[in-house]
Amino acid sequence: MKEFPTADAALEGVTDGMSIMAGGFVSAGSPTNLIRALVRRGTRGLTAIANNIGLGDELDSLAEHGQLAKMITTFAIRASGSRTTHFERQWRAGAVALELVPQGTLAERIRAGGAGIPAFWSPVGPDTVAAEGKETRLFGGRPHVLEHALTADVALIRAQRADERGNLVYRGAGRNFNVPMATAARLVIAEVEEIVPTGSLDPEHIVTPGIYVDRLVRCPAVPVRWQG
Amino acid sequence: MPLTRELIAMRAARELAPGMVVNLGIGLPTLVASYAPEGVLFQAENGILGYGGVLEDDALFDPDMINAGGQPVATVPGASFFSSDASFAMIRGGHIDVAILGGLQVSVTGDLANWMVPARGGGSIGGAMDLATGARRLIVLMEHVTKTGEGRILPECTYPLTGKGCVNLIVTDLAVLEVTAAGLALREIAPDITVAEVLRATSAPLLVPAQVPLMEL
Repeated sequence: MKEFPTADAALEGVTDGMSIMAGGFVSAGSPTNLIRALVRRGTRGLTAIANNIGLGDELDSLAEHGQLAKMITTFAIRASGSRTTHFERQWRAGAVALELVPQGTLAERIRAGGAGIPAFWSPVGPDTVAAEGKETRLFGGRPHVLEHALTADVALIRAQRADERGNLVYRGAGRNFNVPMATAARLVIAEVEEIVPTGSLDPEHIVTPGIYVDRLVRCPAVPVRWQG
Repeated sequence: MPLTRELIAMRAARELAPGMVVNLGIGLPTLVASYAPEGVLFQAENGILGYGGVLEDDALFDPDMINAGGQPVATVPGASFFSSDASFAMIRGGHIDVAILGGLQVSVTGDLANWMVPARGGGSIGGAMDLATGARRLIVLMEHVTKTGEGRILPECTYPLTGKGCVNLIVTDLAVLEVTAAGLALREIAPDITVAEVLRATSAPLLVPAQVPLMEL
């Protein structure tokens, strides 16, 4: 049985220094219950991989409590300076490292990690910081950047519904990074609103096959709002 | 009078036609959805193809139904959902007709800088580099000069680049400019704005035709 009684229990074995992927795009499909449990767990020295930090998501609480060593993300520090986050203060103090990645490159690096592709040539990023220190090569006369796959020790994801085998169905724009992250971590923990008996999900509708999902926990959605 | 942000968005919407697949960046570009012609299919890189305008009623907010700026949206008939890797395959693979992004600086050769102000550092790239690379046409919306009066249209960008030679059209509160092989060409000026005013606000050489039409909004 993959179901765990609480988000806290589902994090058993998550230890200091691990790399943790967290799905979600600000409010959509964010595994907020699992992130809050990770904050409560107090695990430190983490490398977190997520689309955004500090846009209203709970990941900023990990920064607030000094649990992050490194953040790999696409939205980190507001260019406008309209709002300051715990992550921004930690980063300015040199307490946390930041690897800023173009969003599509982040998604594809995670997809590649789950698909057994060690690296790929991307047309995104030549002549920008995204290409610094990386090999480049011309294809069809256009420069491409060699990007390496990303995997992690743990992925925290959210779906709307699971069956007992861990097959997942999502809702609206909630798929986002949850889908590739489910394939790219050694331990995949999914929070869902509902767990239904095996066989009651239509196989035509399943987005994440259950073989990718190790643990399930039932949690009500936590409303998260974008803070621009 | 320079154009308001709504009027900049209204002028940009005139570049769109039914059947086009269009991605709108965060900030000023999100306003374009309200003025676009029927039949434009908006793509949000967080995984929606086919959303309508932004929902104003906060009671309708649904955390799983947002555009890439976090604003609540509703789908249109025929919409589809997909994951981020599929969304950026769509973008990188050349399946987006037009991307409309905000800008901090644009060079005369169409280089774009829009993700970081060096004085602040850090920055947020989001999907901008992917869109600048993958969209078939890139339109940048921005105020012609900064709040402190510095030019945003320059011979070379001084901020870190989002992409090189990626911009096709710039719509500002003063003018419409097109990146051409010969240089940056002044195409239209805002009502009540003179060509001389545009030239004064532009810190780079412009190709100026004998007659510059007024923007139609």
